Amino acid sequence: MSASLEPIDARAKPVARPPESAMRRFADRNRAALGTFAVFVVMIAIFIAASPLVFLHWPIYDSVLVTLPVALCLVVPLVFVVTVGEIDLSFPATMGFSAWIFALIVHAGLSPFLGIVAALATGMALGAGVGALVVTAGLSSLIATLGMNYMLRGFIMIVTQGKSIALLELQDSTAGALFSGQIYGFPVQIFWALAFVVFAAMLFNRHRFGARVRAVGDNPDSASQMGINVSRVRISTFVFMGLGAALAGVLSTMVNFTWWPTTGDGYLLPAIASVFVGGTPTWGGVGTITGGAIGALTVSFIQSGIVAAGLSGFYVQFFNGLIIILALLGHRWNQKRYR
Amino acid sequence: MGERLIELRNIAKSYGRVFAVGGVNFHVDRGEVVGLLGDNGAGKSTLIKMLAGAIEPTSGDILVRGKRETRWNAARSRDAGIETVFQDRALCVQQTITRNIFLGREATNALGFLDARRERAEAERLMREIGFTSKVFTPDSIVGQLSGGERQGVALARAVYNKADLIVMDEPTTALSLTETEKVFRFVRAVRAGGRSVLFIGHNIHHVFDIAERFVVMDRGTVALQATKEEVGTAERLIAYMERLAHPQGIEIPPSPGHRPEAAA
Repeated sequence: MSASLEPIDARAKPVARPPESAMRRFADRNRAALGTFAVFVVMIAIFIAASPLVFLHWPIYDSVLVTLPVALCLVVPLVFVVTVGEIDLSFPATMGFSAWIFALIVHAGLSPFLGIVAALATGMALGAGVGALVVTAGLSSLIATLGMNYMLRGFIMIVTQGKSIALLELQDSTAGALFSGQIYGFPVQIFWALAFVVFAAMLFNRHRFGARVRAVGDNPDSASQMGINVSRVRISTFVFMGLGAALAGVLSTMVNFTWWPTTGDGYLLPAIASVFVGGTPTWGGVGTITGGAIGALTVSFIQSGIVAAGLSGFYVQFFNGLIIILALLGHRWNQKRYR
Repeated sequence: MGERLIELRNIAKSYGRVFAVGGVNFHVDRGEVVGLLGDNGAGKSTLIKMLAGAIEPTSGDILVRGKRETRWNAARSRDAGIETVFQDRALCVQQTITRNIFLGREATNALGFLDARRERAEAERLMREIGFTSKVFTPDSIVGQLSGGERQGVALARAVYNKADLIVMDEPTTALSLTETEKVFRFVRAVRAGGRSVLFIGHNIHHVFDIAERFVVMDRGTVALQATKEEVGTAERLIAYMERLAHPQGIEIPPSPGHRPEAAA
């Protein structure tokens, strides 16, 4: 038989691209977020089965909606920090510090709106400081931000001598209505928090900043060789974290009309857990804001859910851990890491 | 020759007391393909990384179109019309093909939001131009799924997109198959035909000899030879010259059909 010298390629039919449905593309693009949503749905189903009386009635959801806005403001910017390849453990103290500035301004009789602006500026400045410490001084973000958390909290304690500030004047103010009232039975804060989530998601997915955060987290050398200022992108994520923490601080102070020197303390581990339950991997380069928000919802529900389901508070920690581990196992199976 | 596109004057890079590149004069004119040769550790990669703004020279000047540059970095280098295809390709493998093509050069509106439709269309066009044969991949495919040759294609597409005057390619054919190598050559010829310049760094002297019209040989941080293709004559003479650099005794350069290569001072 005579061998043909014609290249095999020339005779082979080209592989046809499989028809791509819009739904398939959506699923591919939001894999992690959808996985997180599945975890949430399963959890709620179990709660409803365990205690239909509680979970088929509104009050339990209302109580979650009160704690959720603060969590969302922390989790969403933390997704940026993790995606860029760093971690921030200083946000609880930043939250307390910014809220302190807010409380001081309101307590001095100045406009609460001025207080909010000052708090946000404080949060961003503290974030820039933490970022500069990590990026410019080249410290490990895990340890440096832990140190900053202690230092800032310690500073607050030293100056205030552990005393809280009551802000009763907020109760009848415009700011009070705007940031702690209710609309159609929903706490108004949830709308502010959702607006922040949408803004952050746009920034992450559709803005140059988000694209660069992902590129730097993915491969800082490549990003730098292509002209991206890697240090600036990294510091910016810490600044954004400071902004979110300040917002969280203001919202939590507005709920109670009181600032405590411990404001923010309880949020460290739940917020970090929410990021990873939400499907953002630990290695940087990819992340999901929507997933993080659903993760925050999931983690917020665990606490109220377990108590409401009739178990004693001693079970909370156990189930907290269980759900985190199960979610991580699910994502492990759902994600593929490209190198 | 055309306009002097880029010139390095007495450029040097030292790490402590070790000179990776020690006082090199080097230039690329518009519309020429220059082959940069040399053994491992000769300073080729250091030289082109300085050109790309990825590392800062210890001393010396960089001139773009005759004008001395003061604040040279990676962003400035790309602004000046130099695109570098790095040896490791400088890709972000967890991102899409589109994101990699527009890495550091995002197409955005005035507020900085990405123009996704334009980016995707442009990426699709560039993928066709580069000759992505596999139809399985779209601009939305993750680069981590691609083979080495296809990843190289993404790096080339990125270099083309910016309409650079000079495309620097650091060992672009290393670890590529025969057909993929041929694709790279076709790419270089197309760039050259478009009146743009290419700086081609390679280990395989035959490859470099075929594609380039002027050669710069580096040896231990300095330029050992600058010669045109006519002056060198044949690939064998170039190889012999380089072997003599490595082993100064015992290798004779075969007689030239034309001129003799001149060693640079």
